[in-house]
Amino acid sequence: MKKDKPRRTGLIFFPAFDWAIAPDHPEREERLLYTQDQVFEEGLLDFDHILEFKPKIATEEDVKRVHICVPEVKQVVTESHLISAGGAITAAEKVLSGEVDNAFALVRPPGHHAMRVVHGARGFCNINIEAIMIEYIRRKYGHKRIAIVDTDCHHGDGTQDIYWHDPDTLFISIHQDGRTLYPGSGFVDEFGGPNALGATINIPLPPRTSDEGFLYVLKRVVLPILEEFKPEIVINSAGQDNHYTDPITNMRFSAQGYALLNDMLSPDIAVLEGGYSIEHALPYVNVGIILAMAGLDYSGIREPDYDPNALRQSPEITAYIETLAEAVYRKWEERRSIKDRGHIVNGYIKRRKRIYYDTDGIVEFQEESVRVCDDCGGLVLIDSRADTGHHIYAICVPGRSCAACRAEGEYIFESTPKYKYNYVYFQDRERDVFLVK
Amino acid sequence: MILGIDVGGTHTDAVLLKDYEVERKAKVRTNPEDLLSSLLEATSIIFDGPDPKELKRVVLSTTLSTNAIVQNKIRPVGMIIASGPGLPPSLLPFHEDTYHLSAYMNHRGFEVVPINEDEVKAAVEVFRKKGIEHLGVVGKFCTRNPSHELEVARIVHGQFKHVSLGHTLSGRLNFRRRIATTYLNAAVSSLYRRFALSVMNFVRDMGVLAPVYVLKADGGTIGIEESIQFPCQTILSGPAASIMGVLCLARGDSDAVALDIGGTTTDIAVFADGVPLLEGFGVRIGGWKTLIRGLRTKSIGVGGDSRVRWQDQGFLIGPEREGDAAALGGPYPTPTDAMVWLGLAEIGDRKKAGEALGNVAKEAGLTVDEAARQIFSATLKKITAAVKEFIDEINNEPVYTIHELLEGRKVRPVNLYLVGGPAQVMAAPLGEMLGLKPYILPHAEVANAIGAALARTTTELTLIADTEKRALNIAEEGETEYIPPRYRVADVIKLGKEKIRQRALKMGAQEGELEIEVVEEQEFNMVRGFDTVGKNIRVKLQIKPGLIAGCKSIIGVR
Repeated sequence: MKKDKPRRTGLIFFPAFDWAIAPDHPEREERLLYTQDQVFEEGLLDFDHILEFKPKIATEEDVKRVHICVPEVKQVVTESHLISAGGAITAAEKVLSGEVDNAFALVRPPGHHAMRVVHGARGFCNINIEAIMIEYIRRKYGHKRIAIVDTDCHHGDGTQDIYWHDPDTLFISIHQDGRTLYPGSGFVDEFGGPNALGATINIPLPPRTSDEGFLYVLKRVVLPILEEFKPEIVINSAGQDNHYTDPITNMRFSAQGYALLNDMLSPDIAVLEGGYSIEHALPYVNVGIILAMAGLDYSGIREPDYDPNALRQSPEITAYIETLAEAVYRKWEERRSIKDRGHIVNGYIKRRKRIYYDTDGIVEFQEESVRVCDDCGGLVLIDSRADTGHHIYAICVPGRSCAACRAEGEYIFESTPKYKYNYVYFQDRERDVFLVK
Repeated sequence: MILGIDVGGTHTDAVLLKDYEVERKAKVRTNPEDLLSSLLEATSIIFDGPDPKELKRVVLSTTLSTNAIVQNKIRPVGMIIASGPGLPPSLLPFHEDTYHLSAYMNHRGFEVVPINEDEVKAAVEVFRKKGIEHLGVVGKFCTRNPSHELEVARIVHGQFKHVSLGHTLSGRLNFRRRIATTYLNAAVSSLYRRFALSVMNFVRDMGVLAPVYVLKADGGTIGIEESIQFPCQTILSGPAASIMGVLCLARGDSDAVALDIGGTTTDIAVFADGVPLLEGFGVRIGGWKTLIRGLRTKSIGVGGDSRVRWQDQGFLIGPEREGDAAALGGPYPTPTDAMVWLGLAEIGDRKKAGEALGNVAKEAGLTVDEAARQIFSATLKKITAAVKEFIDEINNEPVYTIHELLEGRKVRPVNLYLVGGPAQVMAAPLGEMLGLKPYILPHAEVANAIGAALARTTTELTLIADTEKRALNIAEEGETEYIPPRYRVADVIKLGKEKIRQRALKMGAQEGELEIEVVEEQEFNMVRGFDTVGKNIRVKLQIKPGLIAGCKSIIGVR
């Protein structure tokens, strides 16, 4: 049995019992109902070192520090999103102020599919609550090195997009292989932008991976990379849809596995993402995560129908994961010797994206250019057109930006003619400035 | 006529009310070894003249169970627990004489593992060998389905003096607290039963024909016979009586703060629209966290007799009391001494107060006058800070819907009610510092007994309808009823109102005072796969603490 080593754990529980995407949508009022039942019945809030906090409400400024909302924040965001992001911010505040040792934002709606430009909702997400939290932390507590470990079953493509060019934010996503699941991305060769190679790591696991496989990649890939990256803050983007009972995925992870994972990873902040087996998984997974974070004995956490024999992964899967882990780690080790950063034109590297907003049925075409820069994440220029009719241009100055990228960004904003676009946005993370023309 | 009696730790107070006015009052010292003798003494003062036969109602509040728990004078209890997976036994609040069954329920009240009768019998065998006569039975999620607890009760029938079942004590979810509550209930059951029976005899011998009630921790009453099965509900009824007393004396329906400033502590209570606030889950007693519904209070270690020290360039007030004020022969300076020296109060010997204050004044490098002023002001500041913190705490309680988060009710007190020795002196400055209108209440010395006398019956009821299961469960009653698939939240409320009415009447409530309040109503679509398979409906009803019917404009502030 695990030895108890209590930590002060903050819990921001906001089930939004009066909000749903639609009455029969997976992201609905009922989602955290049974989790609340289990957490209350286990009496977790009575432990003196587990403290519950009310979420604050994120502001428009908090959103604009991360996103380019088209046409404006109010059009794509509701109160529920601001509370969910505010819950993540509250978790961070409590940890950074030293009030607690770690914190879990058990909030909804989720956010990890929301990219930098937001025309609507995709993958049940409108705004990226982890990114909003991270930029809030940096604004208030200084520019920190931060690692996000996304353990949701779906690739965290939104978070990846937002931090693609940021060498100070390590994004590691462990998810079901994109060839078999939404959103269809997150392959090993998605490795970060030209100025941030290796700051994005993808570990696509095969369907039917069980506890053994998850914990293997954690031990062999995630923890060693974290050790080398030396983040000041580790965040778990804690989706719970790898569970063997989840209705929209194909994995075999258990509540005990989730608790072990959080114990080993020991995140400073965990933020709930997806997870739609609301009755058979979430109550047990969440209790397991809370106990693990609080340093309490979680060995008794088990789903009523848990059968380790039926959930064991095949030897083929084990072998596949071992090879995969080896490949991912080797790529990370070689990140500094990668010479070819891409095709450079006038000092910029371009990528083109077609982004589908499945929740709202919107299609966006985007051309993103990043200034190749050895001194900062690089100035990012985005030309985005959606079938809603909006055509926008965005100039994004990164946090901790170099003088050259800033000067160029300011010049481009000045000189971009307004008539060519519906809106031209200027986002400066370094100085917390957001302008529109 | 109504008789209210508060058997407190130090004093036993009694009042006789006629037309809701104080007719007679008595205060005697409590004999902790023989509470009945204290009752007799107090009532014989009251009924020196009036005829007990004219009583319409008798209400008693007693510290019997509280003291038994706090002083650990309780009986050994065997616990049979059905927890299933989750927290390990080492993290549950009670370890001795505990037997864990393999049976358990899940959060929706579906049985996962059934009761194994042999396990129960083995536990009974062990407990009986040890001479244990009281039993507690608790299942995780028994409030969703009490059948395991009921089955254990059936198996052990007749083999124990008392059996407490978890689901009968509270409808709220919290397994750890339920274990503590059930344990405490069983542990004080014999002691309380003896006391209740002797009170009933005593009252009958007095010739009283009226119903007899006892006060509960939530400031409501329960018929004394009914209370025998639920003795834990009577703990902490002293503080509850005091708050209900304030409610009687300061009728008003605004948000308010009540302060009971005593010698050792100051107790703070808060009213919202004139109704005292309840604890979220339940009260704490003797280190136990329970599910016992109780009034929400905060107690701080500041009182008239708190010891005063000079420390870190400031006066430290309390938290301990080391005896009487110096003016009354105590060993150390106190806030009372400061008030005496400043001429705000006339108690004891001003010279002695001055001597004691002189010592700390010297340490501080101040004149006695200046030290006294600073001590008085530090005392007020400490109380003010605690009140503000308490209100902040209440207003920052987590909520779980967007509506409540954005538009939730906030407590914004306007009035300040004070009772206790230093109230007279502190009322005006405290009122000013808190921005509240201060009132000093009359009859404050017997406020507890008045509060008990006029408190109405309170109760709550927790209903869950699960239309996929076609079942409606009433947690506290341990009842499950069939419901049709089209059942809706309005149907649950309608049924619940009838059920809580019956429950309150059984507890001794009068028809006129059944103000039923819907505390919670939620209706969730249950979606499985891509189909809506039913509705999960949750309703919580209560009859909240308040005064009995007819007593609208009483004693009041004059």
